[in-house]
Amino acid sequence: MYPGPSGAGLALEASGLTKTVDSPSGPLTILADVDLGVRAGETVAIVGPSGAGKSTLLALLAGLDTPTRGRVAIAGTDLGRLDEDGRAALRGRQVGFVFQSFQLIPSLTALENVMLPLELAGDPNARVAATAALTEVGLGARLAHYPRQLSGGEQQRVAIARAFVTRPPLLFADEPTGNLDGATGRRIAQLLFERNRAAGSTLVLVTHDRELAARCDRIVALDAGRVAG
Amino acid sequence: MKPLPMLRFALRGLWRELRSGEALVLFGALAVAVASMTAVGFFASRVSAGVAREATQVLAADLRIDSANPIPAGELAPARNDRLRRAEEISFPTALFHGDRSQLVAVNAVTPGYPLRGRVRVAAVPYGPAGAIATIPARGTVWLDSRTATALGLRPGASVRLGATRLRFTRVLAFRPDQSVGLVSLAPALLMNAADLPATALVQPGSRVTYAALFAGPPAAVAAVRAYLRAHPDPALRVREAAENSRELGSAIERASRFLNLASLAAVLLAAVGVAMSARRWAGRRIDGVALMKCLGATQRFVLGVALAELGAIGALALLAGTLAGAIAESGIAWLLRSLIERDLPAASARPIAVAAATELAMLLGFALPPLMPLKRTPPLRVLRRDVAPPRLRHGVAPGLALAALFAILWLMVRDTALVVDLAAGIAVVGAALAAAGFALVRLTRRFRGGVGVAWRYGLANVSRRGIASVLQVVAFGLGLMILLLLAVVRGDLMREWRASVGARAPNEFLINIRPQDAPALRRALAALGAPDAPMVPVIRARITAIDARPVASLHFASARGRAFAQREQNLTWSADPMPDNRVIAGRWWGPADYGKPWVSISTEYRDAMHLKLGDSISFDVAGEPLTVRVASIRRVRWDSFRPNFFLVFPPRLLDGAAGTLITSVYLGPRARPGLAELARRFPTITVIDVDAILAQVRTIIDRASLAVQYVSLFTLAAGVIVLLAAVQATRDERRHESAILRTLGASRFTVLSGVAAEFAALGLLSGLLGAAGAAGTGWWVAHHLFALRYAPDPKLWWLGILGGTGLVGVSGTLAARRVVGTPPAQSLRAEA
Repeated sequence: MYPGPSGAGLALEASGLTKTVDSPSGPLTILADVDLGVRAGETVAIVGPSGAGKSTLLALLAGLDTPTRGRVAIAGTDLGRLDEDGRAALRGRQVGFVFQSFQLIPSLTALENVMLPLELAGDPNARVAATAALTEVGLGARLAHYPRQLSGGEQQRVAIARAFVTRPPLLFADEPTGNLDGATGRRIAQLLFERNRAAGSTLVLVTHDRELAARCDRIVALDAGRVAG
Repeated sequence: MKPLPMLRFALRGLWRELRSGEALVLFGALAVAVASMTAVGFFASRVSAGVAREATQVLAADLRIDSANPIPAGELAPARNDRLRRAEEISFPTALFHGDRSQLVAVNAVTPGYPLRGRVRVAAVPYGPAGAIATIPARGTVWLDSRTATALGLRPGASVRLGATRLRFTRVLAFRPDQSVGLVSLAPALLMNAADLPATALVQPGSRVTYAALFAGPPAAVAAVRAYLRAHPDPALRVREAAENSRELGSAIERASRFLNLASLAAVLLAAVGVAMSARRWAGRRIDGVALMKCLGATQRFVLGVALAELGAIGALALLAGTLAGAIAESGIAWLLRSLIERDLPAASARPIAVAAATELAMLLGFALPPLMPLKRTPPLRVLRRDVAPPRLRHGVAPGLALAALFAILWLMVRDTALVVDLAAGIAVVGAALAAAGFALVRLTRRFRGGVGVAWRYGLANVSRRGIASVLQVVAFGLGLMILLLLAVVRGDLMREWRASVGARAPNEFLINIRPQDAPALRRALAALGAPDAPMVPVIRARITAIDARPVASLHFASARGRAFAQREQNLTWSADPMPDNRVIAGRWWGPADYGKPWVSISTEYRDAMHLKLGDSISFDVAGEPLTVRVASIRRVRWDSFRPNFFLVFPPRLLDGAAGTLITSVYLGPRARPGLAELARRFPTITVIDVDAILAQVRTIIDRASLAVQYVSLFTLAAGVIVLLAAVQATRDERRHESAILRTLGASRFTVLSGVAAEFAALGLLSGLLGAAGAAGTGWWVAHHLFALRYAPDPKLWWLGILGGTGLVGVSGTLAARRVVGTPPAQSLRAEA
């Protein structure tokens, strides 16, 4: 049974999700029979201790990795029926990401980093939209700066601008404040939720920050690869 | 994404890519390869175009017939066509005298009308501005080229002695259409009126003279002569046409340019190593970006397309820059070889660019593509898990592509399948030997780490720790240094050894065309000059007609030498005993009882060129008389003894009655040499050939040619620098990390930099040692196996190698790594976190 809602109209749906990898001591199950349903516009936090399988679950939900067993559907599209390029195209249309380590391309400026997903989608107005997105996160004056010239908080703002610039219905955030000090982390979390609300996106957030998780509509706790509650 | 936006995306990233070191090194490696190939290619194409442009006039006629005997005017029936113009040219080498000075010249005596095609150009003073002239020298006058006029200290109007007559030097000969059969004209030229020839008394029976009949006129009339010659083949005549001449020259140029190509091959192969190293690093650095792009929606096709478009753009830019650099470098080669190529060269063709582009493509496909190919399969999961990497290429794909590229590059550069196979084997052997030696040297550095200071210990530790990269750098620079040392030092040493082995009193003057009746008086005269034992060896000329009763015209000879033996007249002699510098290696030399028997002794060169063995029968035409003999013995001849020697020697009494001349060689000391002028006046038919002067000229040619090869070899060093930069880049993160740790622990920036300098100085020292050892070893092998000389390497070789290597690698490596170790430690450590 899904923790949370089930049925049609779900933004994200996972059932029987299992991931097993080979290890020197035999097969190792990282994630076992996870079921999850997320409604459109809902914010869900996935929490759990280190090694609980949070990042693995996020990777499977976003189609960055393939499950050993089980299925994932984004906006009704079964990821298992798509090849790698098909999953990439779906992410390009439907999904945005914010990572713990920002994942900005060091050789691109802030503006170029934000333009990247638009360009990949063939948007002719990439520059205008990216400039607007950076202005919205308060970096209108730092368009031409390279990541190394920005502070950690600023880099994460660029990442948030990039995540929302394509207006994705679904957003994944992996420990978005994990690399930031407390005050900066809080400001970034604030910005993330504001932007998410403004865009009306569904947010799936992986964190072990209880305070951050508490801002979500629902918390899914993982322990040893299983949904604990 | 459609191809066009993808291309735009790639091109927009290009500038950024070029600013990143990896792409810049990749660009540099490709540009060096293109530059070294186009420099040689442009030069070869300019020379070829120069020859092609002059092809119609290099014969000074439409059709030319060469013969060792005079060609009677009436012999060729269709040549008696009124519309066909005809001229004669008689050529032979002899000495020209002015006072006490003499100079070997190539005499060209011509009849009015010469040249029938093209123009002779003359100047008023040596090396002065030249203009075309429509006449031939007036009777009693000669035109001499600038070299001869300068060597003899002649001013126009001066009198010179040629054989038995005196002629007045009136003009400087700057150019005659048929002056060069090859690119290099050895003997300076003299142009005179054929009507003055009898007065010189230089042309005697048995003299080495070439008679040429030149024809020009309407194509039909020329074709009629050609058809007649084909219908009435005369083996004594050699018919030459412009097309054939141009073909011969073309293949000579192709051989020369292939040789220069080999010099640039080392640079291209090292550049390929640089391409492989920098592309690997470039691909490695893209992995994170590719993972992110795939996470954001990029397809595999897009990822690979962008990488390939950027690679293609880098290749195109490198082709452009390399071609420009090649064009500039080409003018350097042309300048170095200017004295060997006495022509104005036309512009180069674009073909070398196409060849360089094809080679560059092979380098990209073989060495840059394999590290990029797995990029498209980078798992997007890498954005979350750094330990996830793209799958490797299937086993054998990368080596297979590299090997295919290597063969393609070799073929593009030498255009000869058999040579490509030999070269590939040679490269494998040399590469393995150098790598083994480099590996041993790198291992050796471990032993020295104990007894040195902290900077050196750090540097030497790095050399041995980065084993393969260190070996690669040592080999890359060692190879470049080896080639340069071989040409700059070892060649000179070998030349000196050879001169020493010939002996100080080896004959230095050849006297040819000696009439038998002059021999006793000449012997006395030479004795008076200090050369009492001059051997007088008889010479007659003969042409081979058949081998084992099969006409030579029907036989195929693989070598150019064999074809020349079959077509041209040979000098031959007879002797009771083998010459002192000959060794009979097969068969039996004749005793007195065998004199007069139809036997012949052949040299190993003649045996090989004509595919002969003991007992074979050979037929000759000796001044019109047929003679068939059997091969009785085979001799190995030491040609560099500078004594008269022959491919063919007959027993005494067999050739009695054949008209011939005598030949001798003597050593004359510097004080006796002015006496030669008097000798030449007394015996006007004798031609004196100054061996020293010829050797000096040969040496000039070799010096110039090897200077050009050394110049091309500089590209090898440039490619070595590229390999070094690529290696520095490959270790950049590691160096940054180490430097940060060392500086955090209290090392000053100077200490860290000293360690880096020590590392590269050690690498340079090892390269220098390897280069010097390689050059010495090659020198020894050449001396021992090819010239049977002793060879002890000059100590200079080691010093130059070690100092050159240490300086070059030490400075360029330290400069390249300077910025990395200069990064503040906090910044490095933060970036890693």
